[in-house]
Amino acid sequence: MSDVYIGGIDMLAFGKYPERSVESLGGEAALGALDDAGLSIRDVQALYAGSLMQASANPGQRILKEIGQTGIPVVNCANACATGATAFREGWTAVKAGLYDAVLAVGVEKLAGAGMLGGGGSKGISSEGLLGSDSMPCVFAEAGMEHARQYGTTFEQFAMISVKNHHHSTMNPKARYRMETPLEEVMNAEMISYPNTKLMCSVNVDGAAAAVILSEKKVKELGLSSRAVKVRASVLMTDPYTPRDQVMPDVNTCTRNAASAAWEMAGVGPTDLDLVELHDCFATAEVLHYENLGLCADGDAPKLIDDRDTWLGGRIPVNVSGGLLSKGHPIGATGIANLYEVSTHLRGDAGERQVEGARLGLTHVIGLGTCCGIHVLEAPSS
Amino acid sequence: MSDDAAAAGPLPIVPYLKLPEGGDPYLEGHRCAACGAYFLGQRDVCGACGARGRMEAVELSRNGELHAYSITHRSFPGIEVPFVSAIVDLDGGGTIKTNLIGIDPDPEKISMGMKVEVVFQIAPRKDREGNEYMTFAVQPANRGD
Repeated sequence: MSDVYIGGIDMLAFGKYPERSVESLGGEAALGALDDAGLSIRDVQALYAGSLMQASANPGQRILKEIGQTGIPVVNCANACATGATAFREGWTAVKAGLYDAVLAVGVEKLAGAGMLGGGGSKGISSEGLLGSDSMPCVFAEAGMEHARQYGTTFEQFAMISVKNHHHSTMNPKARYRMETPLEEVMNAEMISYPNTKLMCSVNVDGAAAAVILSEKKVKELGLSSRAVKVRASVLMTDPYTPRDQVMPDVNTCTRNAASAAWEMAGVGPTDLDLVELHDCFATAEVLHYENLGLCADGDAPKLIDDRDTWLGGRIPVNVSGGLLSKGHPIGATGIANLYEVSTHLRGDAGERQVEGARLGLTHVIGLGTCCGIHVLEAPSS
Repeated sequence: MSDDAAAAGPLPIVPYLKLPEGGDPYLEGHRCAACGAYFLGQRDVCGACGARGRMEAVELSRNGELHAYSITHRSFPGIEVPFVSAIVDLDGGGTIKTNLIGIDPDPEKISMGMKVEVVFQIAPRKDREGNEYMTFAVQPANRGD
């Protein structure tokens, strides 16, 4: 089977676009990715569109009506916070299978001002505040407290994740927020669900990102070898049964299963990575995924934080884009935006926040319900 | 006949809260006879091992241990805060999520691993038709009430 490459990739700066439609945002990202690859929409054989809130309303077809209604197959998908990664992986699968040589994956979401997410419709009365909280900040706080119970992780250590990611975002012109948030400011921000303060929760924003996915044959034909990023692994996993998962979504097992499948597919391990963009929907979550992705041994995440190993310049930089905490989290776009970030470093184009000499990077997203998407990317050959 | 609803008493907040006529409320789990996995709520197929027709209804223990928690200070509109959202492993099997009451919502006061017990109480809110609901919470064990 052919190797599969990202031939072009782009994202819009995350933020607020009250005057813009979903298809307009998605279309702009798609055109950006096509320009990056030097292709036209007429070269694209299929489109995979991810949008959690819009998946049932044909976002892919609406995007094509904006940028070129060529009549190609379109798949629209939703898969919680793994929506963008799922759309990308559907495109990867089709190219890997030899069905197409050039497809487009677009992730888009309008989420600015959406308020706190979580909880669902229920019959009778709402159980919120009676049977605990189903809000996302609480669900991920409980997962973090499980780690605290096992390993003594402190509120301050969780808060340091937010300090780091906000610092990284000051170097990313496409981040929603670009401001330093000192530790005291993070810890003294409004407490949402202990230990997650407001600055330890991801930001609801509008955003779009897109990638042109190419076969090896197409990359050579187009002379893109010096720019094309190889997809060494593309993995999607859901949650196997674990005893508490009916009331406490198990983001750990799902991520660990996806990671081991990714190592097997890529023929590499966590120590081979130069950078990671992982799903820091809440500061507590990033801590768990250090261990889930094998960036350190189980129980060593607090030490990783104290040693600043995951800061830019550290042993294994994590979320140098600013992450979901500061760059923002437009759900459907998130999984392609983190591919954009890693690809940008692998091409040496990340400017001030460049991870020097980056050759191999990993992206990770996880959506509750539960699904995990992981991609391992390799730098262009020359 | 007009007061049938009232005569029937409160409704359960979730289907796995059982309110037997003339008996004490209890939480019902379903246990797979093939693999031993526990579930809240009725089902015919085991989500853990896929066995069919092996699920057995079991009364869950009222005693357990606090596995993890969060203190929710901001919830959805209209919900009274703060409250402690708790994950509780019940003795003998089954895990529930509910409010931890009878303790200050303060991380200094709450210890993971502490023994708790399930208590049943009338919910402070009604549905649109005015029906009353029975809910449950956990509180530190051995309080003597």
